[in-house]
Formats: sequence, structure tokens, C-alpha cells
Amino acid sequence: MNQYQLISTIKLGVKSLMLHKLRSILTMLGIIFGVCSVIAMLAIGEGAAYEAQEDIKKLGSNNIILRSVKPPEDANNQNNSRGGFAISYGLTFADSSRILASIPGVNRVLPKRIIRENARFSSNYVPVQVIGTYPFYPEMSGAEVIAGRFLSVPDERFKQNVCVLSSGLAQQLFPYQNPLEHAIKVGENYYRVVGVLREKNMADQRPQSGKMEGEPLDNNIYMPLSTATTRFGKTIVRRTSGSMQAETVELHEITIQMLEDDAVLTADQQIRWMLKNKHEKMDYEMIVPLQLLMQARKTQQMFNIVLGSIAAISLIVGGIGIMNIMLATVTERTREIGVRRALGAKRRDITTQFLVETVVLSIGGGVIGVLVGITVPFFVTYFADMKTIVTFWSVLVAFGISGFIGILFGIYPANRAASLDPIDALRHE
Amino acid sequence: MHALRGVDLQIAEGSYVAIMGPSGSGKSTMLNILGCLDRPTEGQYFLGGDDVAQMEDDILSNVRGKRIGFIFQSYNLIPQLTVIENIQVPLIYQSYDLKEYMGRAIELARMVGLEERLDHRPNQLSGGQQQRVAIARSLINDPLMILADEPTGNLDSKTGLEVLDLIDKLNADGKTIVLVTHDPKVGDRAQRVIHMKDGKIDRDITNR
Repeated sequence: MNQYQLISTIKLGVKSLMLHKLRSILTMLGIIFGVCSVIAMLAIGEGAAYEAQEDIKKLGSNNIILRSVKPPEDANNQNNSRGGFAISYGLTFADSSRILASIPGVNRVLPKRIIRENARFSSNYVPVQVIGTYPFYPEMSGAEVIAGRFLSVPDERFKQNVCVLSSGLAQQLFPYQNPLEHAIKVGENYYRVVGVLREKNMADQRPQSGKMEGEPLDNNIYMPLSTATTRFGKTIVRRTSGSMQAETVELHEITIQMLEDDAVLTADQQIRWMLKNKHEKMDYEMIVPLQLLMQARKTQQMFNIVLGSIAAISLIVGGIGIMNIMLATVTERTREIGVRRALGAKRRDITTQFLVETVVLSIGGGVIGVLVGITVPFFVTYFADMKTIVTFWSVLVAFGISGFIGILFGIYPANRAASLDPIDALRHE
Repeated sequence: MHALRGVDLQIAEGSYVAIMGPSGSGKSTMLNILGCLDRPTEGQYFLGGDDVAQMEDDILSNVRGKRIGFIFQSYNLIPQLTVIENIQVPLIYQSYDLKEYMGRAIELARMVGLEERLDHRPNQLSGGQQQRVAIARSLINDPLMILADEPTGNLDSKTGLEVLDLIDKLNADGKTIVLVTHDPKVGDRAQRVIHMKDGKIDRDITNR
């Protein structure tokens, strides 16, 4: 079998299929739907997983995030007669420095204090959250300084009354002015605006869920941690409908950045042990984005396996359809087979001829299926507003399987054609 | 029960032999063995000097393709192919380059008077024309022997005569012809007529 023969066999296969166009198209439909569903389903799955993983990645895959949580026992005590007393919980500066000093592989530790306050400039009055943090906050969170500068090391050291506004807040407080070098009033004091920051995403700015519900997430004021601690104090008093609540929380959040992703999983255990020894109550929570990411990937893998099996079944059904038609074709063309054998065709030539025809059918179906399969996710994105990603490998796999199905389900009819006795085949009406 | 028994037959190169006989006389089996479509259970069959009686299937296919040209009663053209492609079919299985033999294929088409219809499909041709395509096809590999099985069986008498004239011409050009028929008028054209009966050669008559 040389190259020339193969080409002429393929041409012949196409010709034979063109002789029954409707039948060929109907036969291909099975493969078309199969391939199309593989690509479309995987694209939708991939898109959903991508979004979930992106959200996690924004937290930083080499980060470990600790957050202060009000322990449940204290919530009970508060309802008792002891209401009105300051309750103390959460992460401390000591935790922060201990982690930096004793956990191997730690690059930086970024503590945060988050305080709810109101900010005012001229007649604009906006509820905000004050975030006291270190100068390297933008580098770690991926936020971008879009005007002025971020907080500096001297700001931190000398407890300067300076602040940086998030872009959303800057627009609300200064709708018509450049906010730089203006003083805004937050709580009891005035702070000079030195910069505007655009957040990479808002998800990691959400303080403790449940407490700040309905709060615009974007209304952030960043100031040096030292300033925030001094100006607002460790104890935050909130007056709500006649009663008074006081909470003493040193740090609301600690973000630990590891030097490498690999260090995260070991550090995770060490930090867990360390905090367990130092905190009597579970007044903190730990978020390991890398673990979440790994879980998300595992989930996606399972999702892919399920989708893949369903799609594989539909491809097999398509393949059976092809086999069925090819068996009918072999019977129908028995005479032709006999003639070809009489004119010098070997069994192998007949096998090849019918196998090529089946493969042309399934590959043709595969090509159409790929084209449709690539457009379907586009429509899904357009109409259902879901992110979809058509990956190269899903196209490759779907196409490969369709070719494989063609061969698999073509072998039997082709062999049957080849095994016909030329005399019987010639006599066949 | 054997379809053929004790047959001893020699066909000279360049001769024109008709095999006749009633149905069940064994003439089809005879044709199948002569055409290397079937193998005798016993005995020898020399075709062009080689004993092909017990050859393997693949080799027999080659022998058929190279040494034998078939003409069938019902033409047996391949419906999805054009006239010129049908003529070229035996070349494909001998791995010949179709381009190289294109001239020969066209020449054969001209010989059978179909050079104007090279791109027609069999269903666009009349029976006589289809049979002439089949004759051209049988000649493409320059075989030792042409086997014709009732070549005029499906044709009206006028086109049948045209086809027979064409076969006569092939014989005149030196081709060995073996023709199976039950029509005495067709048989009379051959130099030699072999009558078969009950799987044996009943009479072997040489005309002229």
C-alpha cells in the first residue's frame, strides 16, 4: 500500500459516501454530537473551574491568611449580664512576630487592623473601613497605586497621619477634585491623603463575614499600622441601639507570604501548632489558598472525568451507528466487492477500502463536531454569561477519539466485507 | 458430489473457445476455476506456465489482476466511478501509476467507442455502452486470457452483435478468449466449442 494508493482509496471512500449524502450525514450526526458535547462540556467545566481558581489565586498561592474570629463562647457571655464589658480575642502582634521569627521559609508577614469608621470630606460623608497595614501591602495584594504614593516606612515609624484611599472611595469623597494632599476626617482625626490605590479584587478585603454586611467593600482607607493602633486604640467601642459593645482585637488579619509555594503546606501545619499553643480559644481562622486551589483542581478533575465518561458514551453510541450503517453498506455493495476481488483486489485492499470509508465518516463527523463544539461555548458565554474555555487538548482528545472510534467500529464491517467469497459476492443480487 | 470431474482441457494461446451447456452442467464452476476465483479440490491448472491450482488467496488475486480479464453478463461496473475510472480499476490493485497508464486507458476507451464519455457514470450509459466499458476494463492490464460470462445475456440482439464483433476483433488481435454462453449463435463464432454435461466435457468441436 503506497501513498498514491492511499490517496486514491480516500478519494474513492469520499465518492462512495457522496453517493448517499443524506445517509452519510445522518451517520455522522452521532459523532458530531459526541465530539461537540465533549468540547462544549469541557469548555464550560474548564471555564467554571478557571473562575474559581482565579479567585483563589488572587489570594496568593504562596500565602497563608489568618483572620481573627470572635469565638462562639464569647458570643454567649455577651448575652449574659456581663454585656458592656470589653471582650478580647483574636490575633496579636506577638503572633505576627513569632511567625516571622520561627517558621522557616516565611518571606514576609503582613498584619492588618480593620476598623469600621466614617470618613468625611467637606459635605461628603461615607462609611469606610480603615485598614492599618505595612508599606508593602500593595506588593503582596497585587493592588496598584494609581495616584500619588502608598504609605512609606517613615510614615509607619513616625505614626504619620497620612492615608491612601481606594479608588472607589476616592470618587465618592472627591467627586470633582484631586484627592491628593487634602485632609479627610476619619473618626476624630484628620489624615492627609497621599495616594489612591486600585484593588486587584475585593474578595480578600472582606473583613470578617457577617459583621460588615451591606458595607461597600471598596471603601477602604489605608493608613500606617502604627497610626491606626495609636489613633483608634486597641479597644473598639461600638454603640448600637442604646447598648455598648467593646472589642479588643490587636490584629484582624495576618497574611503570611512564603518564599515558595512548596513551603506553604509544611508551614501550614507548623503555624497551626503554634497558634494552638498560644490561643486557648479558637479565635482565629486559617485560610490556605494553595489547599483551596488543590481542592478546586481535584473537584475539577472529577468533574472532567464525569463529563468525559458521558461524552465517551455518546461517542460510542455514535460509533455503533456508524458500524450499523457500514454493515448495511457492505451487504448493499457485496457485488462491488466481488467485482473488485475478480479484478485483482486482495482481501487487504477490501478491508482498507471500507475501513477508510468508516474513518472518513468519523473524522468528517469529528471535524464538523469540533467546529460546532468550538462555537457552542461562545454562545453559552454570550447568552448565559458563563465563562467558557475551549482548551486545545479537549479538541485534540475529542478529535482523536472520533478517529479511534472510526477505526474500532470500522474493523468488523471491513473484515466482513473482505472475508466474502468472491464467487458468492459476484452472484449476489 | 463434484461440480466438475475428470476434466482435461488445454486452451491454446490466441484461441477463441466457447463453453456451452445447460444449467448445472458445471460450466460456471469451470469458469470460476479458469478465472482463479475458485480452486479445484484436486488436479492442476497451468495458466501461462504456472500451476495456480493451489495458490494462496493473495497470490491468486494477483494472478487474476495480471493475467485474466473478466467480462460479466451484468457488466459489473462500479457505480460511483466514471467510465475512465472504471477502466483503471485493475491498475489500482497492481499498484501501477494511474497517470502513467492514462494514455492506455483513453486509447482503450477510444477502441470501444466511448472516448466522448470518459466522465460519465455507468447509470448514464446504455447496456451496450456499459459492456464496452467492461471490455476496455478487461484489457487494461494486458491479460493472457479474457473470460466472458454470457457477455450478451443482458443485451438486445443488435447491441449484442456489436459486443460480439468487438470480442471477435480482440481475438483477431491475438487475445485468448474463453466465452461461456448457452446461445448457439454466440457459440458459433468461436473456433472451438466445448459442450459440458454433468460436470464433464461432453463434446469438443473445432469449427472451421
